Amino acid sequence: MKAKDILKFSIRASTGYKFRTILILIAMAIGVASVVVLTSLGEGARRYVISQFSSLGTNLLIVLPGRSETTGGPPPLLGATPRDLTLDDAIALNRSSAIRIISPLTVGSAPVSWKQLEREVIILGSTHEIYEIRHLSMSLGKFLPSIDPRRGEALCVLGNKVKKELFTNQSPLGEWVRIGDRRFRVTGILAKKGQSLGFDMSDVVIIPVASAQSLFNTASLFRILVQASSREAIPRAREAILKTIRERHDGEDDITIITQDAILSTFDRILNALTLTVAGIAAISLAVAGILIMNVMLIAVSQRTTEIGLIKALGATRSQIMRLFLAESIILSITGAFLGLIIAFTGVLLLARIFPDFPILISSWAVAAAVGVSLLTGLVFGVFPARRAAKLDPVQALSRR
Amino acid sequence: MIRLDSIERVFQVGNETVHALNNVSLKISQGEYITIMGPSGSGKSTLLNIIGLLDRPDKGFYILDDVNTTDLNDEQQALVRRHKIGFVFQFFHLVPRLTATENIELPLILTGVEPDERKDRVKIALEDFGLADRSKHRPNQLSGGQRQRVAIARATIMEPRVILADEPTGNLDRTSGKEVIEILEKLNKKGIILILVTHDPDIGNRAVRKISMVDGKILDDTLALEFSK
Repeated sequence: MKAKDILKFSIRASTGYKFRTILILIAMAIGVASVVVLTSLGEGARRYVISQFSSLGTNLLIVLPGRSETTGGPPPLLGATPRDLTLDDAIALNRSSAIRIISPLTVGSAPVSWKQLEREVIILGSTHEIYEIRHLSMSLGKFLPSIDPRRGEALCVLGNKVKKELFTNQSPLGEWVRIGDRRFRVTGILAKKGQSLGFDMSDVVIIPVASAQSLFNTASLFRILVQASSREAIPRAREAILKTIRERHDGEDDITIITQDAILSTFDRILNALTLTVAGIAAISLAVAGILIMNVMLIAVSQRTTEIGLIKALGATRSQIMRLFLAESIILSITGAFLGLIIAFTGVLLLARIFPDFPILISSWAVAAAVGVSLLTGLVFGVFPARRAAKLDPVQALSRR
Repeated sequence: MIRLDSIERVFQVGNETVHALNNVSLKISQGEYITIMGPSGSGKSTLLNIIGLLDRPDKGFYILDDVNTTDLNDEQQALVRRHKIGFVFQFFHLVPRLTATENIELPLILTGVEPDERKDRVKIALEDFGLADRSKHRPNQLSGGQRQRVAIARATIMEPRVILADEPTGNLDRTSGKEVIEILEKLNKKGIILILVTHDPDIGNRAVRKISMVDGKILDDTLALEFSK
């Protein structure tokens, strides 16, 4: 029997029983469509998070005071209070070739007022470099000037929300605002930007780090943000930071360094697991479709018992009958998969229309997997009915009308 | 040539064992025309199924054209069926979704004959059986007589050695029944063995050799006298 004839016969058989065929096609289409759409959503979520993270800044290392790991050994006799990170520590980091720029960060909260309006705002003390490291952008005016970080100039940059609340529609450039007990001149307004590193960047005021330290009366830093000179330089930068701080802190490793890569890869792993879970759920619907195919094919076998008996009488071998029925279930599942892909593509296109910010994209592996799995279900779940057809006793099959 | 040698076929019906065929021996030469008659349950159909290789005997040998078919496996038996045996059934057994042409074509498709050759052979068959204007019709668009003619065309498209007809007129009116029998007899004249199971004595008596069966045994064989045992 020729492959082309098997195909033709199976197609004729599928079109001969329309209701049954439509049922299978719907089941398969839904299964495949859900696999593709759900995995696309998962992939989209992953891309979204990654893009959010890279907007934090590239090749970023964050230095925190204090250790997050213990190394064992006897407990220190004197209390092991970690040394503070100081501005000099930060400036010392600049010497490594693996480090491109650094930006110290002090954080505090202080009342900010202009004329009669006052509100409590998070104050970030930093330097000109944070502008670049954190990919900030201005909507008005200029950022803090590039000066010696030890110099405490009375300048400030307002977040978008702070500006709106204090100045409403007036231009704040050149105005003097009061922060705590000091006065600062406004040099610029940050452009709108979402959350980053846990701060709502529209609800902060940025002032020079030295000014912040004297404002909050502290010598320590909250963080040091470090940008490595390249992605490859990140491990070297890490080593350089550890070494420099160790030298400056009497041989103690009392800092923690978080690399953005580490955060990203953690998130990546979490989101991959999520995508796989979602795909797994979708795969269940494919399995359900497979079982439906099996049931409907079993019905088809009993519906066509006499036909099977007849083709046996005409000299069809078992393997021929097996092939006919397998071909039928495979054709049905492939057609269903194809319909499912059409549904998935239109669905994803629609979602992309509705949520233009969400980077949803159909991944080719999801398409390949969905089609592959549907083919496999067609094959696997088609075997049992096909075997049953092949094993039918022709005498009994033909004795039915 | 067909030779059945002490064939036995036993069925288990509930607790009872039924001897559908009890020690049946039969010899059929090339081109013979045989009718088998007998009451229901006498084993006529079982005998036909065994000759048609749809069923296997529990005991005995069946030799078809010098081949001991009882030694063949399922696949080999299917091939013998395909090339040497044509079935005609009481209920026609046409595939309802296929046209007359496609129904006749089925055995050729199973064999893997090229489409062009298939077309030619089916066309000739349709003309031979007076179905040329019915080629695109589905079974439900055909009369009983026409359906049986399609079935006969299908049974003979592979040019078999034997035609086995199980009550071929059982579902037809007298006129089309007679027509069908005449077609079968014409095929027999060309040298094909025709074995016809029937209830109808008028049809049964047309054959030269008449076999009557009772309780799984051959009661009477009009040609038995000529075979020296």
